[in-house]
Amino acid sequence: MTKPTIDAFAKVGDLPAGFTAKPGSTMDFKTGDWRSVRPVLDREKCIYCGFCYFYCPDGVYHDMGKDEKYYKADYDYCKGCGVCAQECPKKAITMTLEEV
Amino acid sequence: MAKRIGMEVSIAVAEAVKLANTDVIAAYPITPQTHIVEHLSELVADGHLDAAYIPVESEHSAMSSCIGSSAAGARTFTATSSQGLALMNEMLYIAPVLRVPIVLAIANRALSAPINIWNDHSDIMSVRDAGWICLFAENGQEAVDMTLASFRIAEDPAVSLPVSMNIDGFTLSHFIEPILIPEQAEVDKFLPPFKPMLKLDIKDPISIGLLGAPECYTESRKATDDVLWASKAVVVKAFDEFNKVFGRQYNVVESYRAEDAETIILLMGSIAETAMTAVDEMRDQGKKVGLVRIRLWRPLPEAEILAAVSKAKNLAIIDRHAILGCSTGPVGLEVKSLFYQSNEKPNTSNYIVGLGGRDVTRDDFKYIYEKASSGQAQSRCEYVGVYE
Repeated sequence: MTKPTIDAFAKVGDLPAGFTAKPGSTMDFKTGDWRSVRPVLDREKCIYCGFCYFYCPDGVYHDMGKDEKYYKADYDYCKGCGVCAQECPKKAITMTLEEV
Repeated sequence: MAKRIGMEVSIAVAEAVKLANTDVIAAYPITPQTHIVEHLSELVADGHLDAAYIPVESEHSAMSSCIGSSAAGARTFTATSSQGLALMNEMLYIAPVLRVPIVLAIANRALSAPINIWNDHSDIMSVRDAGWICLFAENGQEAVDMTLASFRIAEDPAVSLPVSMNIDGFTLSHFIEPILIPEQAEVDKFLPPFKPMLKLDIKDPISIGLLGAPECYTESRKATDDVLWASKAVVVKAFDEFNKVFGRQYNVVESYRAEDAETIILLMGSIAETAMTAVDEMRDQGKKVGLVRIRLWRPLPEAEILAAVSKAKNLAIIDRHAILGCSTGPVGLEVKSLFYQSNEKPNTSNYIVGLGGRDVTRDDFKYIYEKASSGQAQSRCEYVGVYE
């Protein structure tokens, strides 16, 4: 059996004693590959209201600033829950099937 | 020089916890353990012990508090029995993996039903797989000594695991025995201040109690198992160091008149005192019988048990707990399995005695000896003295 090469695997001797973790270490654990659908933004419809940014339960949206005027999803961590698409008042976000 | 005084064993255990300069006690009273934590609450309230005493609302909370306080770097103690231990179950499995060195005194008592407050080993056996180091004391002196040793073993940086110190409910917890209460200076020499291997510290924050996905759950359990097995060497070292300071040598397995014995009785806990008297009486009649007692139950001292009993022709294994739906009690199961790969195999038989506080007498041991050495022992465990 070949072991999948994701960060969560750890050898017995490499685990921290007491199964502890340093703050921010979940950044190393990329959960984007759990996703079956991804949010795709139509920037023509986007009014830069920030609903996607505030509603996202995983904090994957980044504010691109007042020049760009939109929020960008980080696909390394987005699990594809679709809350952003549901809450978007302009229906600017479409959940699109991931192709493998 | 330590003084030998008459003291109830529960009170003596509490005095040992005080001598260990314990920082936190989180406990809920339950018979027959109550006197331990009751006396500790008095010691704290009267200013004799500078500790935080947390009177929690349940044993589940007691163990939860203990995990938190130990992780915060406090020397931590609690005590329970029976239903209380059962209610702790969820947290008992968490403490070893988090490597929090808590000391838990258990005044062993039967589990319901029927409701029964008296002594057997069903409580500890129901949580035997949780990953705790388990010690069984035989008498009051040993209860005090094992309490002190438990802190030293638990807090050793190579171990950093919780320890349960088992005393038989009532037959130990409520008896007044002559006990040498150590001097504070001796205890301080034996037991250094607690230097936690892990510590919750806002200056160097860590998270504990994390999710372990399928990719690392197996590894975290194996890592804890490795540490538990390795702790035996620390237990042996702690017992040797104890002897250097207090002049009492303990071993993980004890033998009594077993060297040339054809039939050996193997057991744990306070009934060993009765068994020794029975062995003496049978020896006086020329019977080649001996006694072996397991003091360290987890990690199971396999080599020491085999060395102590393998030469015997017959081995009678005593259990204070019956596994319903299984033909053998827990001690019987584990010791019998040691012989599977061994060339030296005594004729083993398994006896369930003393459930729910039923007295275990010298005559019971004589009956067990006769049965074990007769070649007539049954293959399934035998409930000794059951009325049917």
